Amino acid sequence: MPLFTALTLLLACDQGFVDPSREYGPPVPDAPAKASRVHVPTSLGAVDTPRRDIHGAPIGVSCATCHAGPGEDAIVVGDEGNPEQMHGTIELLHGGLACDACHEPTDRRLLHLADGAKLEMAEAMQLCAQCHGPQARDYQKGAHGGMTGYWDLRQGERVRNHCVECHAPHSPKPPQVQPAPRAVDRVVFPASETH
Amino acid sequence: MEDTSRRTTLKALGATLGAAAFARAMAPLAAWPEDLSIDELLQRHYKELSRDDMVRVLRRLEQETLDQYGAVVTIDDVRPIPEVQFGYALNLSVCVGCRKCAEACHVENNHDRATNQSYIRVLEIKNGSVDLAMGTVDYDHAVPKKGRSYMPVQCHQCDNAPCVSVCPIEATWKEPDGIVVVDYNWCIGCRYCEAACPYHARRFNWHKPEISAEEINPDQAYLSNRVRPQGVMEKCTFCLHRTRKGRLPACLEACPTGARVFGNMLDPNSEIRWVLENKRTFVLKEDLGTRPRFFYFFDK
Repeated sequence: MPLFTALTLLLACDQGFVDPSREYGPPVPDAPAKASRVHVPTSLGAVDTPRRDIHGAPIGVSCATCHAGPGEDAIVVGDEGNPEQMHGTIELLHGGLACDACHEPTDRRLLHLADGAKLEMAEAMQLCAQCHGPQARDYQKGAHGGMTGYWDLRQGERVRNHCVECHAPHSPKPPQVQPAPRAVDRVVFPASETH
Repeated sequence: MEDTSRRTTLKALGATLGAAAFARAMAPLAAWPEDLSIDELLQRHYKELSRDDMVRVLRRLEQETLDQYGAVVTIDDVRPIPEVQFGYALNLSVCVGCRKCAEACHVENNHDRATNQSYIRVLEIKNGSVDLAMGTVDYDHAVPKKGRSYMPVQCHQCDNAPCVSVCPIEATWKEPDGIVVVDYNWCIGCRYCEAACPYHARRFNWHKPEISAEEINPDQAYLSNRVRPQGVMEKCTFCLHRTRKGRLPACLEACPTGARVFGNMLDPNSEIRWVLENKRTFVLKEDLGTRPRFFYFFDK
């Protein structure tokens, strides 16, 4: 009887699971890694117009709407010789760069790298990477840029943000935002100004 | 006077006192909370439940959520993935203090709506120091403010967790994948753990959480985001109902700056491993020896 009591006490003090099979979930089968793809935003290859949609967001127009093809004068619509009408909403605050530093002069639907190689709009991240090396490296290693989906690529895929989803290409520094409402905590922190 | 002896008087006095003491001892029964069932009262510790017991408990909790909140929810007992050790890192160079992580936590984890509670507290501190005592959490101006930096603080899932060792009833413990959890049905609400945590990461349910049926996140787990009862402690669980199924935590998905990196520290190719091996990471209050699994780093 004392042995039984001792055993019961030992069991009661044990920190482990009474049913050890409950300690872990099932192992994940070794499936091939799912895709970690970059989301390509629709704003790429489009320019904001002063018009607003019902939600107040600017209405974009595809570059190809006016710039139909290769050649400097390949403008099909509204060739007023005044790009201000279309490009007036652009505020260029990107390290003193000029338009042609990134946009291909001979085909406005495209971009170009520093060595002159032409680049589709959808591949704009290569263009960013040639100047912003550390950020591009961190991005490749998963330490820069937002994402959604699965940390475990055996179980599901991941969608990563494109550079331009956080950094507007013409003024890359994100603007100030109003923060989400704070918690109404019982613990009141003194403001640092009055501390 | 002969018929009331000293002995009889003492007996009567003793009986009266005894009856009064008994009534006092039974008084809590009169104040039996309406939402406390016999099953709940007799429920054993999480680790002492068999699989069948657990299933019964989960169905009962689902029914209680339906009865009390009018919401149809699924509560699972999500267990750790073998050979996974979770780690989390946060890039202080890019955090702008927008509280989107705290907001996502609030929604994901079924927090009380009135207090806007969340497991994440974003500190605004003056540039040039990590002086937490001078930080504020109640800022309400546009961010990032010039001359200020921001530091979100949540549970660090310490390997040497003071909150676990102070719990008098083992209602909180460290799981095999590193997450510190609470059995809300075992917790007695003494708040020792809240006092012991040097990161102020634990929360107490002063009231029964108020949340409308439409706003309740129905994807729930016993150890994480099910609606907590009144009078128990709660804390960040790295969203174990998501992360133990391979998904990213809600705060990471909500972060608009990509400041957050999450993953399996045992996987040499994981993002979290790259950050730990290549960035200058630090942990908060390292000198306390808590050995957190939550790391901060700067880009430069």
